[in-house]
Amino acid sequence: MKDDFEPTIIGFLCRWCSYAGADLAGTSRLQYPPSMLPIRVMCSSRVDPVFIITAFLRGADAVLVAGCHPGDCHYIEGNYYTRRRFACLRKIFETLGMESDRIRLSWISASEGPRFAQVVTDYTDKIKKLGPNPAKKEIFL
Amino acid sequence: MSKVLRISKGAEQGVQELLKFLLESGKVKGVLTLTKINNSGAVDYSLITNSEMLKDTLPLFPLMPANAGKLLSRLTLKSALAEPIAVVVKPCELRAFIELVKREQGSLENFLFISSTCDGVYPLEISSNGEVAKKLSKYWDAVKKGDIAPDIRPTCSCCEHFLPYNADITIALIGENIDKECAVFLTTEKGKKSVEGMKGQLVEGELKTQEVKNLLNKREANKKKLFDDPALMQDGLSGLIETFGRCIGCHGCSRVCPICYCTLCTFDSKDYENEPSTYETELKKRGGMRVPPNTILYHIGRLTHIGISCVGCGMCTDVCPVDIPLSTIFLKVGGEVQQTFNYIPGKSVEEKVPLTIFEKEELTEVED
Repeated sequence: MKDDFEPTIIGFLCRWCSYAGADLAGTSRLQYPPSMLPIRVMCSSRVDPVFIITAFLRGADAVLVAGCHPGDCHYIEGNYYTRRRFACLRKIFETLGMESDRIRLSWISASEGPRFAQVVTDYTDKIKKLGPNPAKKEIFL
Repeated sequence: MSKVLRISKGAEQGVQELLKFLLESGKVKGVLTLTKINNSGAVDYSLITNSEMLKDTLPLFPLMPANAGKLLSRLTLKSALAEPIAVVVKPCELRAFIELVKREQGSLENFLFISSTCDGVYPLEISSNGEVAKKLSKYWDAVKKGDIAPDIRPTCSCCEHFLPYNADITIALIGENIDKECAVFLTTEKGKKSVEGMKGQLVEGELKTQEVKNLLNKREANKKKLFDDPALMQDGLSGLIETFGRCIGCHGCSRVCPICYCTLCTFDSKDYENEPSTYETELKKRGGMRVPPNTILYHIGRLTHIGISCVGCGMCTDVCPVDIPLSTIFLKVGGEVQQTFNYIPGKSVEEKVPLTIFEKEELTEVED
């Protein structure tokens, strides 16, 4: 039964690096699982932690936030703020005893098509092992 | 060691005397402190300019009708004070105000901060009918002994920051002979200048006495007990649903929270409401959903927004109509977040809120 499980991963991809990296993976015809729903954002720092929690509570099996490598942000320093907010959210997940593996922060540049494919493949495998998000069937959220 | 002015009067009277001196000598133009409301037994913060009205003040009363941090922010939101005023606040209220000032929601200018070593405050539910008055003798006994006072707010009973940061004047209460003497610690230059000319004995003293250290140990132990108590909240989503499931969505906790300052809170806005299509897709997935939705989202969302600055004042637990132990949860989770960034909210006004700054090389453990 568990083998049939295809996770849904919400990906917040920064418009300048990670989204372009995803594009490159596509144009390079790299194979990776169709589990990720990309949402393009202008910068990874546009992602309020509340977006991530919303996706998670609405039943996303995982949420990926991806942006430019530190130092390469199109807006100079946006991704540094992302990292702090993400660390904060992750700590909250851990302290509340929620599965912090279901949220992930990765840096993928526009030239890293293969890395993008790899990240999605690895993360999908990991979430497959973890199983579906328990929030999916909850009514009293 | 710092300078202490010893006034040979009870602590409460001593502070009244101090306020009277400050007002009458013109060193401050006003005083903000807890004051009796008529004879109803209730107390509230009031601004006073007439020194005769000081007899109705209760500067050290163990109650927090509103977090004064929020009130000071409201006084100075539009512009800084033009005239100096003295405020008598609890240490966590001062910390909350400092956090608000960092968020440009107030100004420190022209404030003379008077605070005290604090043994906590009583929950608001016993604030009426003179119930606090019945407990006062036990409270002051605990203060004198340096014990955790009985029946105080849960977060007070585990508060480790009961020695005020940033106060100009600190009244020593914990472990002191408060019936006979009022020890006024002058912790800043401004504090020293403000009492120049006042009657009393100026000596050297130490605020961090053995009693204070002992109380800190007791509080630390109590904190561990409170946080590790399985009854507080079960781990994981099921625990969240159980604890926050009874939330009625009044948002009172954010209304009284001194850190929640947004007047257009996202959780009160239309953005927070579901589109009809969202209900439709959610129902397709689940076959049923709670109305109103997004309760858990609201609470975790608030944790991400203010957890970093939570001072654990306990206002949220007090106003919760369904008795969710909010402040204990927020202090526990917020405390972990604060530790990640090695941050003590309200300790220093120069230290920026960690989420507004960054280091180029850090936190690689959260990246994958």
